Amino acid sequence: MAKKKVVLMQGNEACVEGAIAAGMRFYAGYPITPSTEIAEQCAVRLPQVGGKFIQMEDELASIAAVLGASAAGVKAMTATSGPGFSLKQENIGYGAMAEIPCVVVDVQRSGPSTGLPTSPSQGDYMQARWGTHGDHPVIAISPATVREVYDLIIRAFNLSEKYRTPVIFLMDEIVGHMREGVELPNPNDLIINKRKMSYHDGANKQCYAVPEGEYVPAMKPFGQGERYNITGLAHDASGFPTNDNAVAGALYTRLMEKIDHNLDDIVRVQEYMLEDAETAIVCFGGTTRAVMTAVQEARAAGQKVGMFRPVTVWPFPEQKLRSHLSRLKKLLVVEHNYGQMVLEVQRAVAGQVPVEFLGQVNGTVIPPAAILEKLKEMEG
Amino acid sequence: MPSELIHQFMRIDHLPHIWCAGCGNGIIMRDVAVAIKELMEDPEVRLNREKVVIVSGIGCSSRAAGYMDFNSIHTTHGRAIAFATGIKFANPELEVIVLTGDGDCSAIGGNHLIHAARRNLGLTVVTFNNDIYGMTGGQYSPTTPTGDKATTAPYGNVDRPFDIAKLAAGAGASYTARGSAYHVRETIDLIKQGIKHKGFSLIDVYSVCPTYYGRKNKKGDAVEMLQWQKEHMAPAVRYYSMSEEERKGKLLVGALTHNNYPEYTEEYEKMVQRCQADMKAKAHK
Amino acid sequence: MSARYEMRFTGSGGQGVILASVILAEAAVVAGHQAVQSQAYGPEARGGLCKAETILSREQIWFSKVIQPSFLLALTQASLDKFAQDVAPGAVVMADSSLTVPDILDPEQVLSVPILETARKKVGKVMTANIVAVGAINAALGLFDQESLREGVRRHIPAGTEELNWKALEEGAKLITPEQAEKFRQTLE
Repeated sequence: MAKKKVVLMQGNEACVEGAIAAGMRFYAGYPITPSTEIAEQCAVRLPQVGGKFIQMEDELASIAAVLGASAAGVKAMTATSGPGFSLKQENIGYGAMAEIPCVVVDVQRSGPSTGLPTSPSQGDYMQARWGTHGDHPVIAISPATVREVYDLIIRAFNLSEKYRTPVIFLMDEIVGHMREGVELPNPNDLIINKRKMSYHDGANKQCYAVPEGEYVPAMKPFGQGERYNITGLAHDASGFPTNDNAVAGALYTRLMEKIDHNLDDIVRVQEYMLEDAETAIVCFGGTTRAVMTAVQEARAAGQKVGMFRPVTVWPFPEQKLRSHLSRLKKLLVVEHNYGQMVLEVQRAVAGQVPVEFLGQVNGTVIPPAAILEKLKEMEG
Repeated sequence: MPSELIHQFMRIDHLPHIWCAGCGNGIIMRDVAVAIKELMEDPEVRLNREKVVIVSGIGCSSRAAGYMDFNSIHTTHGRAIAFATGIKFANPELEVIVLTGDGDCSAIGGNHLIHAARRNLGLTVVTFNNDIYGMTGGQYSPTTPTGDKATTAPYGNVDRPFDIAKLAAGAGASYTARGSAYHVRETIDLIKQGIKHKGFSLIDVYSVCPTYYGRKNKKGDAVEMLQWQKEHMAPAVRYYSMSEEERKGKLLVGALTHNNYPEYTEEYEKMVQRCQADMKAKAHK
Repeated sequence: MSARYEMRFTGSGGQGVILASVILAEAAVVAGHQAVQSQAYGPEARGGLCKAETILSREQIWFSKVIQPSFLLALTQASLDKFAQDVAPGAVVMADSSLTVPDILDPEQVLSVPILETARKKVGKVMTANIVAVGAINAALGLFDQESLREGVRRHIPAGTEELNWKALEEGAKLITPEQAEKFRQTLE
């Protein structure tokens, strides 16, 4: 048996390799720290695999070009950080409304505004959910290791294609700029979702019609004779604007339900040492790394501590969290912001157990010692 | 009675359109349809209708995409050219035509316009330029002449206006032209040239908005506004036969620039071939 | 070596200390160890102080930042003065021999080696100083076998520059005496 090849890889680089493995063949972006390596690596790799890379004039153009390319039938991605993520929001909403799959990578940095461009932060958690205006579905996934970046960006593309919605890949500077040894999976072992397409149904151009009991319309190829219409206006099943409130209402409901009725398929969590835990630490993304070390050290000291980590950060895995509450005495939410996921945790827990919070916004990483200190304080 | 052209190229179910009586946009939309029809019938071009994609942004102009029976995508305000860039770059076989307005393409979308012109990606952009924001009820746009009135310029517009065709030419567009709602035949030909042109092309077509721009500025009804275009705009054949003196106060209806700069998607494909040849050479070593 | 071995690489921008930390992390994964590498970005990476970190372990490394390094490389006086203050008790500090060792350090823990001069005079290219340092570090700490180290280097250098880099590794290793190697050796438990 050939020796498996482990290579040192940066998080941002794994994002590109995973995306290409998922079939991404179009990237449009604008340089921004700490996501720039993703653009640079796409510029190197996409021509090699016959894909398209374009550096657009701004962040708005980048997401627009990505949606255009996806509508034209190519799996597409853009990557950015906080300021650029703010600028992309309008068209993320367009993607949700017109049901155009794509993946938007946000390598979070410290904000608001230009903030601390090279420093870690998780301040975009709420923006990933509520950044664009109006009611709309969101799937957001947050990786904690370089290998996870690879695996989860593939999952991001798969979910995006399956549910025809933009997926936010919520990275942070910790994971994006970190290098780890990874052994990439055999490409033949990967599960890659193909876009569900419907071809040539003649006069029936109901391009947004959904069969009974289903939520996601099959996509029609653009530029192959179907001649349908795509719009960001509220539309009927034929894809044309409507002012019929019942039709518009049904559309909005379906967009939400296609996510809400498939939570088992979409939501993933990582649970660590939770079986007998009295205290669970809730965290996501790069913060997981300090929490894992803290849990291991707390366990070594005899404390019954575990970790509950949403991997799918939106929709928030509230059912899964609630399933542990009967055994838990306390929750501690640790994140690199002034308290964003903690609001979701409090909502899910609804007062059943006390929820404590540890956050930090100064451009540095919360060390395991600070978490252990907080645990001790909670004991007190 | 809807004409044969309308039956062939418009989505009858979605007509009548929302444009006001006297609006020039319907004329320009028809010009685009005739240009496409003639290129489909031209044995040297044989434009494939199924490869035509109509992209629009937001505003009065941009409703045209929904009326025209092609692949169509009605995008967000200002971003039509950026969406179109993604569509064309992802699939260069498509004939991508952007229908936009003066505000959509030169204000909120101005950055995309100049950069698409610079890149020379093979899009055809047709602006429905009516000197005003019509959809929102008559605010001044980047092409509203200085001194003219709008709901947001009640005492006269202080801004200086853009000449969109010259703006695109200055940004490096390889084909730029100016048409008008009045000069139907000339405008159809200019749009045809634009579609046939390999690189980025922009045809700035002067529309008329009697409802807002006309009424605010006492320009008369639609007929009088079209009359103004007849008197103040001259097709190339006539324009170039006029003396300097006669040209004063007259705008050319015709091509401003027409160059054979390398087209973006073709240049990109060449780069991909070079990259892959290098890879193969390295693998053989 | 403890379960978690933290290394910090410092100098000024352009000296290649980030690449040195990447190469050692790469050599670690080639040799079958766990490694996490990261670096400070921003103005610090534009000619001023430059800092990179590599953590080695037998087990999965979770917390990815150095807390208190057991090894420090310093190629400039400014970096030595600044980062000498944060090292773990008994940490190994490798400093270029042109630098003055601050009082805060015990001379017993310092390896003062002519990295920059060796790159310039023996290898003939000052830009190989980081590879000379990698050779010296591995010789002193005995981290990886030669094959893993070379593979770690090979993955991060342009094709065709192998011989120059092997020379830099060798010249770096020669800077460490057998007694020093004996004294500073670390083992991954």
